[in-house]
Amino acid sequence: MTSSPLGDYQPGSTVLHRLPVGAKLLGLVAVSVVAVAYRGVPSTTGAILLAVLLCGVARVRLAHAVRALRRLLVAMALLAAYQVWQRGAEHAFVVVGALAALVLLATVFTTTTSVERMIDAITRWLQPFRRFGVRPDLVALAFSLMIRGIPLTLQVAAETRDAARARGLERNPRAYLTPLVIRVVAHARATGDALHARGIGDD
Amino acid sequence: MSRIELDRVVVRAATPGGPQPEVTVLRETSLVLTEQRVALVGPNGSGKSTLARLVNGLVEPTGGRVLLDGTDVARHGREVRRRVGFIFTDPTAQVVMPTVAEDVALSLRHHVKGREERRRAAEAVLASYGLSDLADRSVHTLSGGQRQLLAIAGVLATDPDVVVADEPTTLLDLANSRRIADLLLGLDQQLVLATHDLDLALRCDRVLLVDDGAVVADGDPVSVVDHYRATAH
Repeated sequence: MTSSPLGDYQPGSTVLHRLPVGAKLLGLVAVSVVAVAYRGVPSTTGAILLAVLLCGVARVRLAHAVRALRRLLVAMALLAAYQVWQRGAEHAFVVVGALAALVLLATVFTTTTSVERMIDAITRWLQPFRRFGVRPDLVALAFSLMIRGIPLTLQVAAETRDAARARGLERNPRAYLTPLVIRVVAHARATGDALHARGIGDD
Repeated sequence: MSRIELDRVVVRAATPGGPQPEVTVLRETSLVLTEQRVALVGPNGSGKSTLARLVNGLVEPTGGRVLLDGTDVARHGREVRRRVGFIFTDPTAQVVMPTVAEDVALSLRHHVKGREERRRAAEAVLASYGLSDLADRSVHTLSGGQRQLLAIAGVLATDPDVVVADEPTTLLDLANSRRIADLLLGLDQQLVLATHDLDLALRCDRVLLVDDGAVVADGDPVSVVDHYRATAH
């Protein structure tokens, strides 16, 4: 059973689930900065070990972690090949290893943080900007809609591609892109209507 | 029941690039709805969705006024929308949050303060519609029937006085269509329902037949549905 549109969030009660969103994000940023600023075999090895340890603590499913890495497999393979060719195997390990560690740490974050908690955190963080006319609730909602929009857009893209294929037009980009854009815009308008109907944005 | 009043309402829409600069979507219409269950029937493009959308201000009249218990919908949209829930044909657009519980919680944002309290309230709402097992599911993975049920739960969570539904069963299979129909017709709230399902319309207290932007028949369900069946071409 998954909870996030990307299938990442796993409900649970581990210490990482209970940590505040801000603390987790700060931790992620800190490790990212260290991995980039102090590039080397020790820092990359440390980042990988930390990522694996936190995956265990957060009880990230192995398949989940593998899927997260697989999304970047081609990019990582190309990057590794280029680095080996240009600067040797050790540098390739440093660069690609750090990238893999950060992907795993980001997976730990999304696995242990529901979108609702992220939205609440964003709402809280934006409170000081109210005086400048920022509406924290609306910004947070926009963030949520963006996340919700990803699988929807992928679904519409798949349907549009199938429709083009069914008409023998799979090689015609217009037959694919035009209905895709139209449907995505129509969905955005319908979502606007639905939010309006629910009274969201009225106040 | 609430009193929904259309006072000489006209709706026109601009048609950029069309043969005419604008078209009349709804001709001058005056009516009062006080029955618990009102159905709007008619062909595609007849104006029944426009009529339904007028009730909670999704469509604003070009002329005339829409009143809910004397409150002008166009001038007091925020207040009216808190009293009038709206259910769309396609729940994909209506369900805006990533998970089932989060979507219901969004509806409760103005009514229940505190994330944990809201979560509990959302779970209670889901339980009352038999959706508890789906609370943490991504809305993306729901079936059409589950998604429509969730959309309805999200609307009813705030306990509106009036529920407007625009062809809520059109995209559903027979079993889900019956389930949603039974749910809507069993509500305590006043229901305004645009539908192509004439069996559903027959279960309402009053039926309006809309054709070419005008209410052409209005009365008891049997006579209006018979009239529609006889005149549809």
